[in-house]
Amino acid sequence: MDMANYLFEMTMIMPEITLICVGLILLLLDLAVKKKEVIAVVGIAGTLVALYATYKLYIFNQPQNVFAGMFVLDGYSNFFKLIFYINIILTICISLKYMTIEKSSFGEYYALILFATTGMMFMASAADLIILYLGLELMALSTYILAGLIRKQPRSNEAALKYFFLGAFSSAFLLYGISLTYGMTGTTNIKEIAVALQSLNIVDNPIVFLGMIFMIVAFGFKIALAPFHMWAPDVYEGAPTSITAFMSVGPKAAGFAVMGRVLFESFGAMQLQWNSILIPIAVITIAVGSIIALAQTNIKRMLAYSSIAHAGYMLLGIIAGTADGLTSTVNYLMIYMFMNVGAFAVVISLRREGFQGENLEDYMGLAKKHPVTSALMLVFMFSLTGIPPTAGFIGKFYVIMEAVNSGHMYLAIIAVMFSVVSAFFYLRIVMYMYMKDPKEEVTLTSSSSLNFALAVTTAMVIILGVFPSFLLNLVRSSIAG
Amino acid sequence: MENVILNQLNYPVLSYTVFLPVLGALLLLFMRNTAMIRWTTLLVTMATFVISLPLLTNFDKTTYKMQFVERHQWIPSWSINYFIGVDGISVLFVFLTTLLSILCVLVSWKAIENKVKEFHIAILTVEAAMTGVFISLDFFLFYIFWEAMLIPMFLLIGVWGGPNRVYAAIKFFLYTLVGSVLMLVGIIVLYFAGGNTLDILTLGTVHYPVKLQFWLFLAFFAAFAVKVPMFPVHTWLPDAHTEAPTAGSVILAGVLIKMGAYGFLRFSMPMFPDAVRFFMTPMLVLSVIGIVYGALVCLAQKDLKRLIAYSSVSHMGYVTLGIFALNSQGMEGGILQMLNHGIITGALFLMIGIIYERTHTRVIADYGGFATLVPWYAGLFIILTFASIGLPGTNGFIGEFLVLFGAFKAQKLFGVLAATGVILGAGYMLWLYQRVFFETPNPNWGPGHHPLWDLDLREVITLAPLFALIFVIGFYPEVFLSYMHPTVENLLKHINTHAFAGEGLIAKHLMEIF
Repeated sequence: MDMANYLFEMTMIMPEITLICVGLILLLLDLAVKKKEVIAVVGIAGTLVALYATYKLYIFNQPQNVFAGMFVLDGYSNFFKLIFYINIILTICISLKYMTIEKSSFGEYYALILFATTGMMFMASAADLIILYLGLELMALSTYILAGLIRKQPRSNEAALKYFFLGAFSSAFLLYGISLTYGMTGTTNIKEIAVALQSLNIVDNPIVFLGMIFMIVAFGFKIALAPFHMWAPDVYEGAPTSITAFMSVGPKAAGFAVMGRVLFESFGAMQLQWNSILIPIAVITIAVGSIIALAQTNIKRMLAYSSIAHAGYMLLGIIAGTADGLTSTVNYLMIYMFMNVGAFAVVISLRREGFQGENLEDYMGLAKKHPVTSALMLVFMFSLTGIPPTAGFIGKFYVIMEAVNSGHMYLAIIAVMFSVVSAFFYLRIVMYMYMKDPKEEVTLTSSSSLNFALAVTTAMVIILGVFPSFLLNLVRSSIAG
Repeated sequence: MENVILNQLNYPVLSYTVFLPVLGALLLLFMRNTAMIRWTTLLVTMATFVISLPLLTNFDKTTYKMQFVERHQWIPSWSINYFIGVDGISVLFVFLTTLLSILCVLVSWKAIENKVKEFHIAILTVEAAMTGVFISLDFFLFYIFWEAMLIPMFLLIGVWGGPNRVYAAIKFFLYTLVGSVLMLVGIIVLYFAGGNTLDILTLGTVHYPVKLQFWLFLAFFAAFAVKVPMFPVHTWLPDAHTEAPTAGSVILAGVLIKMGAYGFLRFSMPMFPDAVRFFMTPMLVLSVIGIVYGALVCLAQKDLKRLIAYSSVSHMGYVTLGIFALNSQGMEGGILQMLNHGIITGALFLMIGIIYERTHTRVIADYGGFATLVPWYAGLFIILTFASIGLPGTNGFIGEFLVLFGAFKAQKLFGVLAATGVILGAGYMLWLYQRVFFETPNPNWGPGHHPLWDLDLREVITLAPLFALIFVIGFYPEVFLSYMHPTVENLLKHINTHAFAGEGLIAKHLMEIF
């Protein structure tokens, strides 16, 4: 391989290299610098550099396959990377003060977020199942540690351990699926699998089907689709809240990125088969998420079930099986990030020394003393419900539109009916804040970085709700390219 | 664009009407002083009313076409436009909305002392959303306004309402949402069936297969029937009306529940003419049940507000009866009855709110002999009672007469049954009046006990416009009827020419469905 070509290929993974390097620098910096703010700022700066690199790499209108077909740079992966970058920045913004309150403000925290995200980026760009697996493990291992970062809290340890064991289990499923697929097709390259399926005429082969199911199971675990969602409520509750916010977006988006790529590019010919699995999964996921959330009294658990339900809605776009369908899923992810991280930012602002602020009852009468924060939470709750003019409506509208367009009428009706069920528990928060009297005085923790995150998420939820055109065009052009 | 008349005024009158309240609400965010908040809101609602007046004065009454139309690209990838305009039906409801909003601010002047800023923001946003619903000519825009309205309304009931407010607010929200999301699926189906557009006027010219019309009618029925509310999905209304603060009740009764009937007129009729024909009899049956059942339940009520709430079920039954009679008298009567109900019931809720501020009770048995205690109040209340019953000379008479006339023309039996509602209506309203204002005075009230005072100037100003309208429409209904003639005529022509001729063909298509 000549030097110029080698350099060219290295440029393609410049964003990933940047994040890894910044992560390593953060680890070193932690030894020298006492103030965690510095580390956070360097982390954000590094993310912005990576964002700039991705922006510069946007110039190619053809997908770039590099490293012997292992890694692909296309609009699809670039858009997911955009989600990941924003997710890092928002997570760091909501973490700063919070991790100090939790007395777990370690420099590694920020490095691990960057490492986890690098894993996600490799997943989004994976053109080969091996790279996909590596990326997934890098992401998973980093998030296991992050989930257990509050070392003195048993529930945080429990979360990490649970996540680790079940995660390892799901990784095994993934490897099994990859092995079966490799055994049948003789390749691990995502595109070549599709070719092999046709040329060997094994589209209807049950072993290929089994391999695909195993991979769906593994991805479903990361996305928290029912019935592979059992870990989510416990881990979401036990993990530091900022990491819960991070996990509810990042790994979910990465899971959808690989699910979309593998199903569309490798198993595109088997759409009927994967839909026979995904349709029941989507229905169960939406139902389980919406119904069990009704019974929750801890807001983090409630948001965990809500995120399960949202994963079900996002799945509708994949089930549609068209480029438009995939676009609707990715669009939903971007919108979901803003409203969900925003909601978690409010949850974080209730946490202070000696007060968890995670029970629904802590929200009683919040509007009296803290009208602004309550109003923001109201916006997020209505957005999660999918009421216009918030962005949540645009997300739901698009996936339901694609479900109808692909002829899954019943799925669309089931989805909207469960969104009414889910309205009840989102409304309950609004009801607690606005219609009940406060039990005890709640003082809020606020910091400029948290306020920044709240401002950005609220603004995006409203702007994308009223003027969705820009985002829609961006997603469309990214996925078409 | 040949079927619309672009806005001829040199400013975007409809956009101003919708967005001025939004602007006002944003302005309120930065205010602290409650008096300033009240005055600003009042000025904003009055300015909105004044701005919307040219819609009535400059309206071309000779055409059914959409007027004052504005159209801008909004979401090109789904071919969605910011497309607004009014015709002879919607222009009346824009007028009603902007008028009632002023009264809502006035009546809340003293009643609302808690979270004043949030209250007025909610009033202004709900005004904007309601106006938006009536003027939207793009389904997406319509749905946004239709749903966005739920948020401030939910808060209005739940935060400033009566003792059982939270239950009522959530019930209201969930009922409405179930209907709305089914309509959303219907809208999406229409989008693909009508050639990837959400333009309401274009979608109204497409002839959809009967089977599709059948299902879409049901999907839209879910949304509109809940809003109207029609029997048997009316049960949210008594709770919401009763628990809402006075301003909330006025908005609910005055404008919000009109949107259901408006939806039937704007969407179901032009888009699904065959299904409308097919469902005509079931709709008439439900309407008559609503009329009689609502009236009977009124007789059993012990709570003042709840009684008026159930009377709304009865009165809205006339509206749907008239509309689905599918003739010009019935339809015009139905539309006029919508306006009348907004005026009369709006005024009734204002009156009840006014007396509640003094007595702090809504139980009818706590009243009695009020004619001597508050004579002016009693005098105005009897006018409302007569208007609600439909005495000639009041607007109620014109509306009910036209509706019953239309119903007789369509199917005699329904006309006869519906007419019994008029008798029952006289029964419960007059009995209510007797219990509250005559009979032996309740010893709790009067000098030396709980002080009562008659109407003050603010309250008279609040009520005056509605009383004026009662008599204007009562003596010269053409003032408002003249707006709707061409629109109603065109709509009926559309249904008659587009619907598949002959019942046999519909029956054949229905065989395929089942």
